[in-house]
Amino acid sequence: MSSDAHGGESPLLIQLRQGLRREQIDKAWRDIVAGWQRRELWMTLGLHDVRQRYRRSKLGPFWITISMGVMVMALGLLYGQIFGQDLHEYLPFLAAGFVVWGLISTMLNDGCQAFIVAEGMIRQLNAPVSIYAYRGIWSTLIAFAHNIWIFFAVALWFGVDLNWNLLWIPLAVFVLLVNGLWMALFFGLLSARFRDVPLIVGSVVQVLFFVTPVIWRPEMLPGRALLLDLNPFYHMVEIVRAPMLGQAPGLEHWLTVLTILLVGWAVTLFFYSAYRWRIPYWV
Amino acid sequence: MKDAKVASIQVENVSVSFPVYSASTRSLKNRLIQSATGGQIRADRVSQRISVVQALQDITLSLESGDRLGLVGHNGAGKTTLLRVLGGIYEPNSGRVRVEGTRVPLFDIGLGMDQESTGYENIILRGLFLGLTRQQIQAQLDEIAEFTELGDFLSLPIRTYSAGMQMRLAFAVSTSVVPDILLLDEGIGAGDAAFLQKASERLKRFTEQVSIIVLSSHSEDLIRSMCSKALLMEHGRVICAGPTEEVLERYRSMRGW
Repeated sequence: MSSDAHGGESPLLIQLRQGLRREQIDKAWRDIVAGWQRRELWMTLGLHDVRQRYRRSKLGPFWITISMGVMVMALGLLYGQIFGQDLHEYLPFLAAGFVVWGLISTMLNDGCQAFIVAEGMIRQLNAPVSIYAYRGIWSTLIAFAHNIWIFFAVALWFGVDLNWNLLWIPLAVFVLLVNGLWMALFFGLLSARFRDVPLIVGSVVQVLFFVTPVIWRPEMLPGRALLLDLNPFYHMVEIVRAPMLGQAPGLEHWLTVLTILLVGWAVTLFFYSAYRWRIPYWV
Repeated sequence: MKDAKVASIQVENVSVSFPVYSASTRSLKNRLIQSATGGQIRADRVSQRISVVQALQDITLSLESGDRLGLVGHNGAGKTTLLRVLGGIYEPNSGRVRVEGTRVPLFDIGLGMDQESTGYENIILRGLFLGLTRQQIQAQLDEIAEFTELGDFLSLPIRTYSAGMQMRLAFAVSTSVVPDILLLDEGIGAGDAAFLQKASERLKRFTEQVSIIVLSSHSEDLIRSMCSKALLMEHGRVICAGPTEEVLERYRSMRGW
């Protein structure tokens, strides 16, 4: 399965080559499939995670909704003024973007912790390790389901045209979740080995929040700079936000996100094949 | 009866080594800087960076239905690591492990209990951990609830329970599914004395139905009462294997008694 003492060649390269072996790829894939089959377990765990955070409070998980709501209101009023935007347009835009951004950033940040926080279980339970990645995605989805009402409240208040394009939302969210799963597996794996990865990812995500058009509109950037099109998060946000605001999502955004999905999964599967078995040793 | 089921464990030349990371080797930043600056002095880099603990060396063993194996040895002899390899938690660095039958590692019967959830919810949670489906647990819920004698407490969050009550709950759920292969670290605790009689009967029925048990323990009495065979380990190697009494004898002489 692996090797620690091979003279000459770097252990890293030897290890990585393992990831290309048919047998290892099969095992990694089986782990992911078997993880899906244990969904009753990770769905329960994910739900418990959400409840844990808000235990003994009257409002429970609706604190998620409220804190997001306060944030959207405050930022909306402030930046609406700064950018000189019409609130009728700007607030729904901000609410939609914020809710979607919350989904993406939480998947990334929690994904890093997926294996680290499950240390005790990983070392005692003979379940596929992918369940801890699914679990994180599931609790993020639960939070998202609480947050999206902020958008609908704002949208109804300002009379946003909610039309058939809304039907794109479930599909787009699903694609984001599938993307989130590879991120959780990949960054979770990396974080289990290198404990500064969650910190690095955390600060990068924070910067990305400002670089991605969430509080500002893409049109505000003169000449549609490269900065925008090269930012994968822009496309991820856009495939969900556009239908929320009643527009059909652009093809280029969908194509980009699907490309990210394929490339991300290919890279993740490779790393997961090579290193998955090491996770219980690392945590 | 479960006995009819064929369970087996084949372990061939299994070795497990642990990387022991220091704080600096846990850092991706340091790692990247290292590979950027010190690429050529590889030999040094490798040996300095990560020390390796050889937890298991060249272990070979084979178990069949009906076997009850006790693992004995000092702390750090590799007993728990071997249990984890048998449970499929650790994949060994080299060698092969083949296991037929469902296996349940029961190292900590309270694993995954959620303090804020009610007794009933925890029964379901623990059941899911043991690999049951929600439906299967529902079917056994009444029987488990009755066994715990916790009555109305089961509708309260388990943080309101005493340690003994939590133990009862964990015990009742953990002994409700009979796996083909059971892996135990220091046996199964059952809580307070009044409960003990009832618990030991249940435990007896439970363990009788399991095809293969591997138990690691420091208690010779426990090993003697449960196991027909034993395996003495030292520094990750098998020193000797055979009938329980012989192995325990050897263990005692090794410790200098």
